[in-house]
Amino acid sequence: MKDLFSRSLQTTIIFLVVGGILVLALGGAFSSASNQFTTSLVGIQTWISTRYQGIQDFVTAPRDIVSLRTRNAELESQVSQLQAQVIELQQRVSTTEILAALVDFSRASPESTYKAAAVIGRDPSPFLHYIIINRGSNDDIRRGMPVVTNQGLVGRVDAVIADAARVQLITDPASTVNVRLQNANTDAALLGSVTGDLTLDMISQNVVVEPGDLILTSGLGGGYPPDLILGQVVTVRSFEYELFQQATVQPAVDFTRLEIVLVITNFRPVDISPLVPETSP
Amino acid sequence: MRNLVAFPLLGLAVMLQSAIVSQVSLLSGYADLILILLAAWALQERVASAWHWALLAGILAGFVTRMPWLIVLIGYLAVVYLAQLLQRRVWQAPLLAMFSVTLMGTLFIHFMSYAFLTLSGTPLQLGDVLGLVTLPSLLLNMLLAIPVYAFMRDLARWVYPSEEAE
Repeated sequence: MKDLFSRSLQTTIIFLVVGGILVLALGGAFSSASNQFTTSLVGIQTWISTRYQGIQDFVTAPRDIVSLRTRNAELESQVSQLQAQVIELQQRVSTTEILAALVDFSRASPESTYKAAAVIGRDPSPFLHYIIINRGSNDDIRRGMPVVTNQGLVGRVDAVIADAARVQLITDPASTVNVRLQNANTDAALLGSVTGDLTLDMISQNVVVEPGDLILTSGLGGGYPPDLILGQVVTVRSFEYELFQQATVQPAVDFTRLEIVLVITNFRPVDISPLVPETSP
Repeated sequence: MRNLVAFPLLGLAVMLQSAIVSQVSLLSGYADLILILLAAWALQERVASAWHWALLAGILAGFVTRMPWLIVLIGYLAVVYLAQLLQRRVWQAPLLAMFSVTLMGTLFIHFMSYAFLTLSGTPLQLGDVLGLVTLPSLLLNMLLAIPVYAFMRDLARWVYPSEEAE
């Protein structure tokens, strides 16, 4: 009984002492000592926290790299998709610009009816200057129809199948176009060549031809409609001992960059071969 | 049966020739992919169908070009003949044979084209043809000959597998 009393007394004294110290501490009696204590406690807490965060970063970092790589791959994929879209849109803009120019051209020449066609190939032989277009007899394309762009005359349809046609360019070595020099008001013949250069021949010696003169189709022979632009005179070659003058021509159409052309569908070429007298030996 | 690969391959070659190769020009000449394919195919040791390939190539190319079908066909048959002739004689140096066939085949086909066009009344300057068409085409054909030969060698191994491999 005596032991039980002494233990209770000890406990009570301890509680009172500790409680008193707490009351004094809360009352600010140990401010300097408690400040030091809390500072060191915060320091320890900070040290532990920093180390923990370091360890946590170390443990979780690989997972982040994987997720970042995944995200990076996703973004790269999006970038490539967008780049492809940009290229496609640029192509559409280019096509639209060409079509707009062709529409302007067709509006400026309402007397003709046109059918647009895309250039899908060229003749495999380097000796010949032909293109292949994606319109054929199913689209009412017929042999002999002239083919133009907004820049000028391209050539004429040489052969037709159901969904494609072959067009002889005016630069082909076998091509001859009857033309008219606008300023000199005289007729001549425009000849192609194996290199794609155009030469003006059969110009009368009495005519003055200047570089820069515009060349148009004359319509003679019935192969082409009149007044289609062909190009400009670049240089003139004239010798007194020759029957005719010759000139080199800068074509109006860029034949290396033909993409879309117009076929004049309401023009029917005239076959004058029965009227040409046969040469007897 | 695997020889039927000639149909899609030569069809694709004609399309590539018309749509792409003929647009990549040097001066006024460009490469002849079909000629090089045929030469490389005919030079392969185990190949026994080169004549059939030439016939098919002539028909397909003749369908696209303005040049008469017969001229194209004769040109390609001549390439196969040249290749088989050289393959027996210069079999130890296949690339040399390939270059030789490409050189002679190109010259022969261009000569045939020139002769036909001149006889049919198309005015052609021989100097322009040689300097601006034939020589550039020859150079481009030579450049194309090496990769095409490697491709056709692999194709020949697939079409004609060796007995050990079987």
